[in-house]
Amino acid sequence: MAQKKSKGVIAEKKNEVMSNLKKLGTQIYDQLDSGVFPTITMPSRSTDNIHYDPDLRQYVLGEKSVTRSARNIRHVKPFTQLAWAAMFSNELTSHRKTSTLRDVYYSAQAYNMTFKDQQESNNIITDLETATSHSREDFNIFPEERSAVFGDLTIEYTVPGYEGKTLNLASHPDGVLIGPALTSSEFASTTADKVIAIEKGGLFTRFIEENVHKKHNAMLVLTAGQAPRQTRYFIRRLHDELKLPVYIFTDGDPWGMHIAMVIISGSANAAHLRELNTPDAKWSGVWASDIVNYKLPTDPLDDVDIKRLYELQRDPRYKEDPLWQKEIKTFLRIKRKAEQEAFSRYGLTYIVDEYLPTKLKETK
Amino acid sequence: MAQATFEEISASDFFYRNRDIAGFTNPSRAIFAAIRELVENSLDATESQKIPPEIYVRLSFEGEASKDTQIYKLRVEDNGSGIQPRFIPSAFGQVLYGSKYKLKQTRGTFGLGGKMAVLYGQIMTHQPAYVTSSTGLAKVYSFKLMIDIQRNRPVILERKVLINKEQWRGTIVEFTLEGDYLRARSKILDYLKQTAMVNPYANLTFVDPKGRLYKFTRVTKDMPEPPKETEPHPYGVDVELLQRLIQVTPYRNMIEFLKRHFHRVGDITAQKFLEFSGLNPSKNPKRLSHEEIVRLMQNLKKFKDFLPPDASCLSPLGEELLKAGIMKELKPEYLVVNQRKPSTYAGHPFIVELGIAYGGEVPKRGSFVIYRFANKIPLLYDEASDVSFRVINSMNWRRYKVSPDMPIAIVVHICSTKVPYKTVGKEFIADRPEVRREVANALREVGRQLQHFLSKREHVDREKRRLSVFAKYLPRIAEFSTILAGKEKQPDIEKLIKSVQKYGTEEK
Repeated sequence: MAQKKSKGVIAEKKNEVMSNLKKLGTQIYDQLDSGVFPTITMPSRSTDNIHYDPDLRQYVLGEKSVTRSARNIRHVKPFTQLAWAAMFSNELTSHRKTSTLRDVYYSAQAYNMTFKDQQESNNIITDLETATSHSREDFNIFPEERSAVFGDLTIEYTVPGYEGKTLNLASHPDGVLIGPALTSSEFASTTADKVIAIEKGGLFTRFIEENVHKKHNAMLVLTAGQAPRQTRYFIRRLHDELKLPVYIFTDGDPWGMHIAMVIISGSANAAHLRELNTPDAKWSGVWASDIVNYKLPTDPLDDVDIKRLYELQRDPRYKEDPLWQKEIKTFLRIKRKAEQEAFSRYGLTYIVDEYLPTKLKETK
Repeated sequence: MAQATFEEISASDFFYRNRDIAGFTNPSRAIFAAIRELVENSLDATESQKIPPEIYVRLSFEGEASKDTQIYKLRVEDNGSGIQPRFIPSAFGQVLYGSKYKLKQTRGTFGLGGKMAVLYGQIMTHQPAYVTSSTGLAKVYSFKLMIDIQRNRPVILERKVLINKEQWRGTIVEFTLEGDYLRARSKILDYLKQTAMVNPYANLTFVDPKGRLYKFTRVTKDMPEPPKETEPHPYGVDVELLQRLIQVTPYRNMIEFLKRHFHRVGDITAQKFLEFSGLNPSKNPKRLSHEEIVRLMQNLKKFKDFLPPDASCLSPLGEELLKAGIMKELKPEYLVVNQRKPSTYAGHPFIVELGIAYGGEVPKRGSFVIYRFANKIPLLYDEASDVSFRVINSMNWRRYKVSPDMPIAIVVHICSTKVPYKTVGKEFIADRPEVRREVANALREVGRQLQHFLSKREHVDREKRRLSVFAKYLPRIAEFSTILAGKEKQPDIEKLIKSVQKYGTEEK
């Protein structure tokens, strides 16, 4: 089996992040030192500057930029908060400590830099992401959400106290949390040749029980609903560093479809960031046409579902691949939706034994 | 059926029976009214000579009278013109005797303030009044008096003449009265404070029955020009006045009669008027029939070409003194005053003076604090019925960026030969269109200036806030960027902070 190794990616990234933060600090320092009001220029995140880039196959920010100036009375406070956030992030990364958005909000108070509310501090972190083109996870600021991974991949920790230690991700049958320690690990070796991302915890457990990872040589990733950024980044790394194709299984409804889409093409909210999406990933099911073909038990689409389908129909990300438009049309025609669990009508293992292999082949 | 009997009563008797009219309604009001009447007499007596007033008031406890009232001795001293000895008994012992029947601005109008107080004291306590006065010449005269109420005559119980060694000039009045000081106290203090406000050249001292001393000290010795006596204006006369003038006039033809007895009537005006009313210029006024007098009165009011009365009979405070007085009593952060040009209503000249004070010791009440004055007398009752109150409350203050919850005091002074009081109680001024217009115009003028002040202050405040924002954050930016850049020394940002100050106004 293929042994893949990708050492140094994490260490390299860390250096880049820290040098970018320092660059920002030096820029502000030098402006102040030469008697000029410091300014920071970054791409504008206003909606009219968010465009879909068909080449990158994700949302990106356009040409417009905004300049934050300490000269402006309305900017000076957020400017200071941004400078603080940069300094704080630099401390986190250089001391290899992790933090959460909530934690950032409270940490500010220790520096006598109070934020009005969580939203204000979140916005400043997003500013910092935009100004440096790094996601907050790069600064060791993680969200609270957790998702999991299971499969034969040996990772090597880089977090303090665990440096050099390794772990095989198949060693714990509940899966391993995709947290800061995992996402900052280097990939040591794997026998897997594909990634299967699953929306729901129940099915993730079923797949492990049914040895899907062995039968299909797969890394199993639980997205737990809409995949968190670190999970999307992790999937991207599995794809880029280990060259593993990615298959996504969600519920058969507009919301499940969009979970797959965000993994593939990213979100507008993260238009200022790169490498959070995996353009080559495939949505393998449950499609609307599967509902018809497999005669799955269904629920009717309600008004919100239908409204969402019309929205998605117009979304540029859904115009990339004719599959999307076709499935949207089918949903709108049958006006039914089905959950992944619906396959249980054919027995508990049907989904693993029949459906999964078929779909993997179909979307290869 | 009961038979009605009619008898003539004297003026003293009339006021004895109707003392409410003069303000002696109840024991607390009475004590307030007594002090007020005597203080105002004293102020008139000093002002007419342009003597900076020095007034001392003492109220001392003499004994219990009933459950709620006590007997007090009231003593008021002034350094005014003094009264010639032959006039003293009548001045204090005969109701309606006084110098206030000619036309000039004075504080009282009935000419009975002091007498009423003495009369009231006598009614309640059966004690005589003591009056001591000197015009500053060789002698001081001292009288012990009572009033014969039925006959309206002073009764002199004792008369003393002393050598005026110290060349003292002034008047001292002392008498006992019944009243309720505890309840009157706050009104009396309000009255004195407000009197001090419109008489900034006066020293007022008050010692109350508990021995507490209240002193209101002058801030200036400048005084307004005393009013000059004038003849009545044609627009303001009635039949009764015409008949009295005809009785006393030494002039034998209508031209002279009109010229000599009326304000601002000269040869030409008199001739035009006589032509207008079809009267023979050489007619002897004493030969006018009753009907002709009535028609004359009507024509005097109808004729359009009389010149408006001049204001020499008025003695307004003037903007400087009004300012000084308000400053002294309210110590506001900002003050603007406005004196209107003389105006007239029904032939009576009047002048409105108005001040608006912001901040300082002006209380914040949720509504404007209004101080009303008429002929330099504070008006303390019936505020809501007063024309000033109405005008103030009907103004659109938002236009001036002013709201009632700001600490704002409005001082309105109306002076006139005949203040248009609405009632005999003389506590509020009638809503006459001429007066209303003048008050409103004065308010608009000071309102504009207050608005200017407020927006300027707001601008300064905003600048201060702006500066403080930069002063707060720039050092933090320096601190964070120094750490982040890994530098040793923080950059010098003093220059930047200064530059915000310098060019601070160019940003919105």
